[in-house]
Amino acid sequence: MNETVPETAQPLLHVSTPPHIRQNESVPTIMLSVIIALVPTLAASAVFFGGRALALTLVCAGTAVGTEALLCLLLRKPQSVADLSAAVSGLLLACTLPPGLPFWMAAVGGVFAIAVVKMAFGGLGHNPVNPALAARAFLMVSFPSAMSAFSAPAHGTLFGLERGLDGVSAATPLVYFKNAMASGNFHPLDLQDAIGSLVLGNVGGCLGATSGLAILAGAVFLLYRGIIRFRTPFAFIGSVFLLSWIFNGTGDIFSTEAFIVPLYQVFGGGIMLGAFFLAADPVSTPMTPFGRLFFGVGCGLITFLIRKFGAYPDGVCWAILLMNFCVPILDRCGRPRRFGERKQRA
Amino acid sequence: MRVLAAEIENDGRDLAAETIGVEKEWNEVSPLELVRKISACGIVGMGGAGIPAHLKLSPPADKPIDVFIVNCTECEPLVSADFVIVKHHAGEILTGARIIQKILGAKKTLVAADSAARESVAALSAALKDRKFRDLSVVALRPKYPQSAEKILVKTLTKREVPSCGRAADVGCVVHNAATVRAIAQAVLAGTPLYQRVLTTGGPCVASPKNLLVRIGTPARDVLERCGADMKRATKVIMGGPMRGNAQADLDTPVIKTTYGVFAYDTLVPGVKRYDCIGCGRCARACPMRLFPSYLMRFVDKKKTADVREWGVVDCIECGSCAYVCPAKINLVHFMKLGKYRLGGPDAGHAACEGLA
Repeated sequence: MNETVPETAQPLLHVSTPPHIRQNESVPTIMLSVIIALVPTLAASAVFFGGRALALTLVCAGTAVGTEALLCLLLRKPQSVADLSAAVSGLLLACTLPPGLPFWMAAVGGVFAIAVVKMAFGGLGHNPVNPALAARAFLMVSFPSAMSAFSAPAHGTLFGLERGLDGVSAATPLVYFKNAMASGNFHPLDLQDAIGSLVLGNVGGCLGATSGLAILAGAVFLLYRGIIRFRTPFAFIGSVFLLSWIFNGTGDIFSTEAFIVPLYQVFGGGIMLGAFFLAADPVSTPMTPFGRLFFGVGCGLITFLIRKFGAYPDGVCWAILLMNFCVPILDRCGRPRRFGERKQRA
Repeated sequence: MRVLAAEIENDGRDLAAETIGVEKEWNEVSPLELVRKISACGIVGMGGAGIPAHLKLSPPADKPIDVFIVNCTECEPLVSADFVIVKHHAGEILTGARIIQKILGAKKTLVAADSAARESVAALSAALKDRKFRDLSVVALRPKYPQSAEKILVKTLTKREVPSCGRAADVGCVVHNAATVRAIAQAVLAGTPLYQRVLTTGGPCVASPKNLLVRIGTPARDVLERCGADMKRATKVIMGGPMRGNAQADLDTPVIKTTYGVFAYDTLVPGVKRYDCIGCGRCARACPMRLFPSYLMRFVDKKKTADVREWGVVDCIECGSCAYVCPAKINLVHFMKLGKYRLGGPDAGHAACEGLA
């Protein structure tokens, strides 16, 4: 072509596939919403566990964000800190730690979550498991005693101490429950008074997992924003509730006691945090409706089994991590029938 | 020889051709003659796909048609060309519907309109008072993109699900959009070929967006400048609508029979910062065909042909809903097109289906 370009040449036009308009929602706005949803939980932890809880949260978030920034620099990748996903991972990791954990251990967790679980697999969207949970699991096997040393909230109920069962090491509701069951000295009605403190979160436990009420407030916001969906969390919580109601240890499923046990199980430990924030994390969970349902039920079942028969008092972390690995198979089995899809050919 | 557009020399007189005219009342003409006439006038589907109208009007003998649907719902957001046609020419459209009903021998004719387009619905209802239209009925539907897509509309109105790779005729339905039905009426009643159409202009570059009656072959530049568009600022020009239209590289690209809109943008896609897929599943929730664009994108990217086929890329109607909602701003439609292409070569959609059967 030897045409001369006229002086009033049109600027070059951009050509791309449709659609040419996009919704405003983007990855950072989603992550920001998750951070906003965590505010009530973090506030509750500050109230119950004091300023140290906030300091621990800052350490986790800071190391997570710092690790991501540094790795992007070293690997010559585009800087991805601004998508806020590292900050979310850091905050979620903090929520799963005991408030009294030494800062350096929390920092190790933050680095592990981002460097090993997230960036080594290719960054946001490529991690097979939830970075915060994997880091918690890593800390649990690395520092078992520090990770299970729970201090009491400033003015709260310290389970076990009141009951004089097992001293300071039996500080969380679930540890108390497990010991009571093991010793055969189990009276569900003893737990009745504790339910209020449990829902409020004024008990010993992980920094962001104790206050069911605060987590629910955040969850309502996320559900309203359409960022998490009903199916997984409710399948998770529902199956734990159902299983611990049926196998409540009293031999009767219609007595008052029989309903206290599942309530106690659902609000004690990490189920609320796990169900609404960790099992609803989009990257490491299924996409198909059927897959999401089974993901939730699977988490509930494994949590129940670990709590009832396992060595750990709580099994939420392991349950979600195990189910994370089942995602590809769940989605493959759970693909719904397409519009106009014919029945399977023989 | 392959040509993108024909070049027609203008004699400058703007007169009707001598061949235009009609000899007989349409209800005295046989269906076959009517179809021949429609074919001779060059009527094609004007809602986007551009399937020649006479093909849809000659269904195979083993696929009897019992429902004919006039699609007066708008094919895309921001486009209002069909609203205007329905508002001003409701009677003509209903006459066209009767002609088509006769050709197809359909038992039932439904006129689907958007309930939000009150003036169009009112115009249709007023025209329907005439006794000769007593066989027709109007259905007002809540507007919801991509309701106007053939498979979706058939499902909404008749509860029948067009099979994968199939056509509406497979479930006894034929759908024509309002503009096409009007063109058919004009072809049959007056012998007018399809030489002009109504289209919508819009976009941030266009000072006074409007609906225009435009001759086929008018360059995009002329259409846009007529509406006060500042073409110096334009960075993206789209033939069609913002959801499904094609971005043009050349402003002299002519309006063709399927061009229902011309849009000019001075920005690229807003929020173009791209991320990797976070697996949120919004694309799957938005997909009217119940596909999983996110998985399909990964399979296409990794060239996993068997998975691309199994997860049904051929069923994609390219409505763009998945990419519209995607928070990672991935060009999902691009991957769907690529997937179809890889399955079936350049003649994507169809050949891919053949491979499936």
